[in-house]
Amino acid sequence: MRNLDPVRTHEDSVLDLQGVAVHLGGRAVLHGIDLSLRPGEFVGVIGPNGAGKTTLLKIILGLLRPDEGTVQVAGRDVRAARSLVGYVPQSFAPDPDLPLRARDLVALGLDGARWGFSLGGARRRAKVEEALSWVDALHYADQPVGRLSGGELQRLLVAQALISDPRIVLLDEPLANLDLRSQGDVVALVGRVAHVRGVTVVLVTHDMNPLLSVMDRILYLARGQAALGTVDEVVRGDVLTQLYGHHVDVVRVHGRILVVGGADAESLTCGTCDG
Amino acid sequence: MGLWQTLFPSGLFTASFMQNAWLAGTAVAALSALVGFFVVLRGATFVAHAVPRASFAGAAGAVLAGGDTVLGLAIFSALSALGMAALGTRRDQGQTTALVLMAALGLGSLFLALGGAYAPEVYALLFGQIVGIGRMDVYAILGLLLLALAATALLYRPLLWSSVAPDVAEAKGVPRRRMEILFLLLVALAATAAVPIVGALLSFSLMVGPAAAAAYFGRSPGQALGIAVLIGILSIWLSLVFAYDTGLPVGFFVAAVTAVFYGLGRLWAHLWQIERGRGQVPV
Repeated sequence: MRNLDPVRTHEDSVLDLQGVAVHLGGRAVLHGIDLSLRPGEFVGVIGPNGAGKTTLLKIILGLLRPDEGTVQVAGRDVRAARSLVGYVPQSFAPDPDLPLRARDLVALGLDGARWGFSLGGARRRAKVEEALSWVDALHYADQPVGRLSGGELQRLLVAQALISDPRIVLLDEPLANLDLRSQGDVVALVGRVAHVRGVTVVLVTHDMNPLLSVMDRILYLARGQAALGTVDEVVRGDVLTQLYGHHVDVVRVHGRILVVGGADAESLTCGTCDG
Repeated sequence: MGLWQTLFPSGLFTASFMQNAWLAGTAVAALSALVGFFVVLRGATFVAHAVPRASFAGAAGAVLAGGDTVLGLAIFSALSALGMAALGTRRDQGQTTALVLMAALGLGSLFLALGGAYAPEVYALLFGQIVGIGRMDVYAILGLLLLALAATALLYRPLLWSSVAPDVAEAKGVPRRRMEILFLLLVALAATAAVPIVGALLSFSLMVGPAAAAAYFGRSPGQALGIAVLIGILSIWLSLVFAYDTGLPVGFFVAAVTAVFYGLGRLWAHLWQIERGRGQVPV
C-alpha cells in the first residue's frame, strides 16, 4: 500500500481502513490496505478485473469481514454504521411491468429495511420528493421504473442511496451500461449532489477518463494492493509499474489517459476501454 | 324469476356447504393473491407452481400413514420450500426447484402405490373439493389467512425491497437469503390452505393469475397488492356461482376466470401504453 496523501486526519475521516487483508480460497484478494477518506471527496476506484474492487466494496458495506485489519465508518465499526453508507448497485434491470413507480423505489431507500409497512404521511412524501429533485427526476416520479432509460434509472438509484442521508455512497460500476453522454451526465450529477450534500463518493469503474474532471483522488487497485492519491500522483508510470509488478506506461492523449502494459499486457486494465 | 334466478338460485347462499365454500374460498383467494403478489414481483412463478404439487405427496403420505391429509400437506409444502431455499442458487433457481418437485412427486407416487390403487381423499386434493369442506376446515383456513396477513404486514417493506432490488436491499441490511426462506415459507402457507380447496393442480392459478393481472392494473406496489386481492376474491366468487349453476368443477372456472383477468390486464396495459405514447413528444 502506498498512501500518497501526506496528511492523515483520522478525526474527520469518513472511512478508515487499517491493515485490511482478505483471503479467499487461499489467495490474498486484498492485503495491506490502509486508507482514509475525507468528508465530501470524490474517489474513483480503478483496477483490472480480479484486483479486488468488488471485495473492497463488500468490506465497506459490512457484507464481508476482513481476515485482518479494521474498517470504520465515521469512527464506528462498519456493522454499526450501515445507515451511513449508501449503495448504488452494478445492475438494476426491472421488468417492464413491475408495479413500482420511480417514487416507490426511492422511498425504499428511506425505510425499506424497517419492519412493517408505511402508511405514507406528508413528511415521508416530502422527503421522497426532495430526493427526486436532487437528481432532477421529479418529472418522471410517477412513471413505472420498468419503462425508464438506463440513465433515468441510474439517477433514481443515486436518489435511493442518498435519501437516508449517508456520509458515504458507494457506486459499483454505475457507468457500465451507459452510453458516453449518459456516463458524463451521471458522473457530473453524482459529483454535484455529493458536493452539495457533503457526501463522500466512492465510484468503481473500469475507465477513469469520464471521472477526470470531478475526481478528487483515485484509488488504484492491482494485485490486491492499492495506491491512493490524486491522478497526477498515482497514474504515473513508476507508481503503476510498482503496483502491477511489471512495466507500465502512462500516456496522455487529448486530455485522456491511457495505461499501457508492457510484456504482460493481458493483465492490465485498459484505460480507454469504454464499458 | 328469469335470469337472476337462474344465475343465483337460492341454495347458492343458503345451503350450509355453500356457506362454507364462500367463506373458505374467499379466504383462500385473498391469501393466495397476497402471497402471489410477491411471487410475481420476484419472478418466482415456478416455485409457486412446484410447492403445491410437491405438497400433494405429503397428503398421499398422510393417507398411507392414516394421518391428517392437511397436516401432510403442510409438512411437505414447508419441507419442499425449505429444500428449494437450501439448494437454490442465484443462477438457476428453476433447476433446483424442479429437482425438489421431482423428488416429492416420486415419493407421492410411491405412497399412492403402497396405499392402494384409489384413495378418494388424494383424488380430491388433486382437483380440490370446495363444496365438501366442513366448518372446522373453514376456521383452519381463516387461521392460515390471519397468519399470512400478520407475516406480510410485518415483512412488507424488507420483502418488497429484497424482491425488487435485492442487491441494494442486502447492502442496506436486508439479508437476501433470509428473505428468500421467509418468502418460500409464505408460499408453503398459501399452498397448504389452497390445495384442499382448489386442488394441487390448480392452486397455482389462484396464486399467480390475480397477482399477474394486478401488476398491469396497479402502478404502485400497494395498488397492485390491493387489486390482486380484489381480483382473487372476485375470481373465486364468479367461479363458485358458475360451478353451482352448471355443476362443472370449480377448478375449471378458477383457471378460466383468472386467465380472463390476466388477459384484461394485458389489454389494459397495451391500451394505456398507446395512450401514453400518443402524448409523448419524440426525443
